[in-house]
Amino acid sequence: MILRDRAIRYGFIVLLFGLIAYFAIAADGFVSPQSAVFIFQSVAITGVLALGVTATLVVGGFDLSIGSVATSAMMAAAYVMVVLEQNAVVAVVACLVIGAVVGLINGWLIVYMRVPDLLATLGMMFLLVGLQRIPTEGRSIATGMTMPDGSVANGSFGAAFLALGRHRFDFFIPNLIPVSVVVLLVLAVLIWFFLEYTRFGRMMYAVGSNERAAELAGAPVKAYKIWAYVISGVFASIGGILLAARLGRGDIASGNNLLLDAVAAALIGYAVLGAAKPNAFGTAVGAVFVGVLLQGLTMMNAPYYTQDFVKGVVLVVALVFTFALSGRGRR
Amino acid sequence: MGNDAVFRVDGLRKSFGHIEVLGGVSLELHAGEVTVLMGANGAGKSTLVKIISGVYDHGGGSMSLVGQDFAPKTPAEAICAGVVTVHQNINDGVVADLDVATNLTLDRLSGSGVPTLFNPGRVRREAKAVADRMGLAIDLKARISDLSLADRQMVAIARAMAHRPKVLILDEPTSSLSSAEADRLFALLDRLRQQGVAILYISHRMSDIRRLADRIISMRDGVISGIFDRKPLDYEGAVNAMLGRKIQLERIVARNSAKSIFIADGLRIAEGARPISLTLGDGEVVAITGLVGVGKTALAETLFGLRQPLSGTMVLNGKPYAPASTGEAIAAGVFLVAKDRGENGIVGDFNIQENISLPFHRRMSRLGVLKRRIERAIARQQIQELGIVCRSEKDEMSSLSGGNQQKVMVARWISQTARLFILDEPFQGVDISARRDIAAKLRASASGRATLLFVTELDEALETADRILVMSEQTIVGEHRNTDVDLERLLAEVAGGPLHSAA
Repeated sequence: MILRDRAIRYGFIVLLFGLIAYFAIAADGFVSPQSAVFIFQSVAITGVLALGVTATLVVGGFDLSIGSVATSAMMAAAYVMVVLEQNAVVAVVACLVIGAVVGLINGWLIVYMRVPDLLATLGMMFLLVGLQRIPTEGRSIATGMTMPDGSVANGSFGAAFLALGRHRFDFFIPNLIPVSVVVLLVLAVLIWFFLEYTRFGRMMYAVGSNERAAELAGAPVKAYKIWAYVISGVFASIGGILLAARLGRGDIASGNNLLLDAVAAALIGYAVLGAAKPNAFGTAVGAVFVGVLLQGLTMMNAPYYTQDFVKGVVLVVALVFTFALSGRGRR
Repeated sequence: MGNDAVFRVDGLRKSFGHIEVLGGVSLELHAGEVTVLMGANGAGKSTLVKIISGVYDHGGGSMSLVGQDFAPKTPAEAICAGVVTVHQNINDGVVADLDVATNLTLDRLSGSGVPTLFNPGRVRREAKAVADRMGLAIDLKARISDLSLADRQMVAIARAMAHRPKVLILDEPTSSLSSAEADRLFALLDRLRQQGVAILYISHRMSDIRRLADRIISMRDGVISGIFDRKPLDYEGAVNAMLGRKIQLERIVARNSAKSIFIADGLRIAEGARPISLTLGDGEVVAITGLVGVGKTALAETLFGLRQPLSGTMVLNGKPYAPASTGEAIAAGVFLVAKDRGENGIVGDFNIQENISLPFHRRMSRLGVLKRRIERAIARQQIQELGIVCRSEKDEMSSLSGGNQQKVMVARWISQTARLFILDEPFQGVDISARRDIAAKLRASASGRATLLFVTELDEALETADRILVMSEQTIVGEHRNTDVDLERLLAEVAGGPLHSAA
């Protein structure tokens, strides 16, 4: 029994370190600061999205619209700067507002219109995928593009905005850590602290576990649920800002994998330390886990098309850890 | 009598694990008679019904139908043999998205010898035949989801009757019906009684029972505690057999209260109910008792801000009190330990400590950050004071016994100072020693607040309260100081006698 408890608790962490050890031996140059940073950078955007969706999982909901919120934010940022010729601050604010508004609408649909969470956010996902293409009639946004009315968009991505994607902070080695990784780490710590140590986070867990009990304990359950979707929307829009800054254009075709990767990271997080529930630390570890795996496989020359398969295997294993072994899934 | 029994149960036993739910139940049902089965929660009524209707196997004893051995292994077998059950939850009996005609013939859609193709014309013909026989005046093309609860129930019963059963079992059929709707159901049951069906009718509503019963059987703790078949029926006797004192308990010293804390005036909690007025004093423990469904939970929820009264005012600490939400009630110092802890109380993902602190996070945190040291200290103190049996405050709730879980629910609220402390069925699924512990703690800590308990079992009221109020038909009909209680009068009030004959 004790062995089993240990396996549930530390199994996934052990697996992560085992994986790192294996790649360290098998793949040249895997153990280096640059490689580590690359792993973090590759998962920064999905990680941010995953942290946001964790908030909705905590209240017993789900947010399928995060991927499209991120790409909408990316398109909005490009539109604001390239077409409307505004500066970086306006672009960032516009993105955050979009995220918050979408979150509010999701929450309103789910709480007041009683649309089931999966369906409400699925609908919102479709809506946004379409909406983000309307202003440019389906074209990607870049400096010098021709607008539908024949004019030419002359604005450009501000240097400050691009820095969000390209600047690297010095950390022992000059120009080591990209902004996106710093954003990921800061948001991870913030949401972790919020969920684990504040009374709001605690009550969100209570709402997710027994909504009726939370209400009878005096909690404004509806408000908590709506806030969870707002958090999710804002985090997704931050992911979109990072994406826009990395690409330097509003690419209509990018961000396809964001939703599934983020959800996978959050669900893998259930298995970390035997939590068997959504948690910010687990989500972060889950994101890194996927990053390590992909980086290692890439360095060992595994073909790119095996990536999704590997991610799927990891997710299924993690879910078995969570539900079958810990036995909590039965409740 | 006895020889003309259509259905006979003899020495039926059933255990779950090592808990015996039925300890040898024997009863008879006669053709053309309505037999009412009464019993408090946990008396074993539902288990009995489930065995008769083929949902559970029985552990011992025998059943016979028209002299033949009857031991259904599945609900379908029971129905085929002629024993039909209409369960408590109306919507379990009908399919909401289909029309009335399909619902009336639902059980003919599967089984052997049924055509593969769905023929709407044939379904409608069959449905019409069923409806006509029952005198059912409902549009056959209407969707069930557009019908009232009463109409849905009529459909469920009509379908059940299409098999021409010999025995019909109804499990609390009126619990969600209005009185006008119930009247229609009774008319239908009268018709069935004339057709010679033996009916077993399970209910807590005294008005139903007075209207329908030819015989009453009381159940208590898994055995038959009384059979009443001599007219006029002894309703008080039946209630006494179901709820009355089992054992002479040690008397409590009833206290009087000088200072009132909570006053309700002219509170109406249901359409057509008489207003409720009550005053609760400082240091007083008051129990409100009454059968299931008389409005105890509705009153508790009204006091706690979960529902709004139709009229009337409340005063707490001399100030008007009209909570719009549970949060407002708690802020005013009104706490509720809700009934059904599994559903309304326990947060399954939280350990004992986190369950105890749940409503009072704000008081245990600074700048929104929870102070876990305080949280833990409070939990440890409560575990000790209430004698919660556990390894530590970090234990999972699921590892605790029912009594200890309930203690955690009480601890959750008693850890902070209340002005009005309400407990709805706090002894449900709680063993006797935990019940004593909780009652003792409530009495010991009673000063400085008013304590209000809602209990169905009279014993629970008698061993905890200073004052006992009786509820019937959504209002308070009697009051007793808990010293030399006139049990006869109390039971009569529970049975709703005087009030009912006056109405």
